[in-house]
Amino acid sequence: MARVLEAGAAARAVGVPAAAHLRRRRRVDRFFRSLCLLATLTGLAVLVVLLADVVADGWRHLDGQFLTRFNSRLPERAGIFPALVGSLWVVGVAAPVLLVLGVGTAVYLEEYGGNSVWARLIKINIDNLAGVPSIIYGILGLALFVRGLGLGTVVLAGALTMALLVLPVVIVATQEALRAVPPSLRHASYALGATRWQTTWRVVLPAALPGILTGTILALSRAIGETAPLIVVGAVTFVRFVPAGLLDPYTVLPIQIYSWIMLPQDAFKELAAAGIIVLLAVLLVMNGLAIYLRNRYQQRW
Amino acid sequence: MAGPAPGRERWAGGAAGRTLDRWMPRVLLLLSLVSVVTTVGIVLTLAGETAVFFRAVSPVEFLTGRQWTPLFADKHFGILPLLAGTMMITAIALLIAIPLGLGSAIYLSEYASDRARRILKPVLELLAGIPTIVYGYFALTFITQVVLKRLFPDISVFNALSAGIAVGIMVTPLISSLSEDAMAAVPRRLRDGAYALGATRWEVASQVVLPAALSGVISSVVLAFSRAIGETMIVAVAAGSTPRLTWNPLESVQTMTGYIVQAALGDVGHGGLEYTSLFAVGITLFLFTLGMNLLALYIRGRFREAYQ
Repeated sequence: MARVLEAGAAARAVGVPAAAHLRRRRRVDRFFRSLCLLATLTGLAVLVVLLADVVADGWRHLDGQFLTRFNSRLPERAGIFPALVGSLWVVGVAAPVLLVLGVGTAVYLEEYGGNSVWARLIKINIDNLAGVPSIIYGILGLALFVRGLGLGTVVLAGALTMALLVLPVVIVATQEALRAVPPSLRHASYALGATRWQTTWRVVLPAALPGILTGTILALSRAIGETAPLIVVGAVTFVRFVPAGLLDPYTVLPIQIYSWIMLPQDAFKELAAAGIIVLLAVLLVMNGLAIYLRNRYQQRW
Repeated sequence: MAGPAPGRERWAGGAAGRTLDRWMPRVLLLLSLVSVVTTVGIVLTLAGETAVFFRAVSPVEFLTGRQWTPLFADKHFGILPLLAGTMMITAIALLIAIPLGLGSAIYLSEYASDRARRILKPVLELLAGIPTIVYGYFALTFITQVVLKRLFPDISVFNALSAGIAVGIMVTPLISSLSEDAMAAVPRRLRDGAYALGATRWEVASQVVLPAALSGVISSVVLAFSRAIGETMIVAVAAGSTPRLTWNPLESVQTMTGYIVQAALGDVGHGGLEYTSLFAVGITLFLFTLGMNLLALYIRGRFREAYQ
């Protein structure tokens, strides 16, 4: 800003009326600077207040028993164990499906598809899918998996619905990871006589693996926080058991939280807050893992 | 690789390797078609069940009816109350998110130091990573109970205002992040030219950078609009479940997404009018967000200023 300050000093020295004009312009600048800073800090303040509010409401219920108990109609005896296990089931079943579909699609687009009509159609389609509201995926899951295939409201139906929901995230992350692998590696492999698939499988994919895993973990952490689609595909809210297989009923963390929030008693609101702390802790661990993987194994070519 | 002979055997892979090489592209193409099939599946299921719904309820009544009472004995399926609720909450959300998001974007792009930006931007993006059920809890127990109750003592426990504010906070990082990206893409020489003419930072931001980045900024707002329309858990928790045509944001309303949740929780009987109404509301929501997303893409492509 030195130039502007010099201009102001010069104007003041010769005493032209521009000096008053410049002072006013600088006041306007300072005013809007403060306003923009205020907007930024408002976002931060809301984040702090939100976390403080949740912790203040829920910390009393947080102990080992809360994590290992089943739900109960008495708030002081209720726990989040089945929801925690249910969330792990859904994510655990969705992960391999996601990896196969997401990595397969990305490899096709980056290594084989080129600029073919199919590849372009798939790209446009992925852009659009990413903008579809998550509850619409719930409706699809309800019609397709729960009723169409007759699975019912079971772990498998929820996991498949979630896999479709976060698929675009994995595809885009894998595409970026594949693009970051330098062509020289591929050329070296071809020069040794390897076929295209051998090059992809033994050279390109291992080199892109950290990026792929990071993207998949971030996608799964989004799936863990999603509530709406699983409500539609019928993750029940009061289960007295832990799912033992793909075809068992289940509930997940956010749905357990939702059902506690909607109960009228204040004690259940506190339980919901405790559940939110557990949910945020799980997300923190997953995001931390993703960042660690990226920093630890990321290669610079 | 130990020696040339075994190495060559492993790499070229013989007949099995060649077969694999021929078949893998087809397998991969099949896998990649799942995403296309997903889109087709969404459209077909929504359209199919909606057609069944329209056999019982005329499309005219659906689109122009002013009453939505599917769970009453006297059933009416006019979607206007749900649309009004959705639009009111979306409008409140944008009233919050546009000034906050644009202000943050301008501050990060034009005022903040590099170090401040590197810290502030990811922290603001955390707001987008928080599950929406958490915002729902925050809207119901904090925004309504602690803040709004003091300002408006006669506010309902469930109200459109608290849900709108929470949705606004949730979509703020979308606007700030995408707008900041667009502003950062404006070349430095444009700013330097304006500074050389004696412009202040605000003059550069508002008269040079913002107009140059306008297509990115507007498309970020349209995307935020689309996200706000489709947001479900915040409104299901905080806005209530009373479909009504009202201008009063202190009352309980119901949105399209809120109805879908309510109907799904009610264990809708397969084939019943409640079950198919879910799809009719779903396709309306889908068409709205699809239109918005295409509009955002169009704006970004059509009005982009390309700089080398």
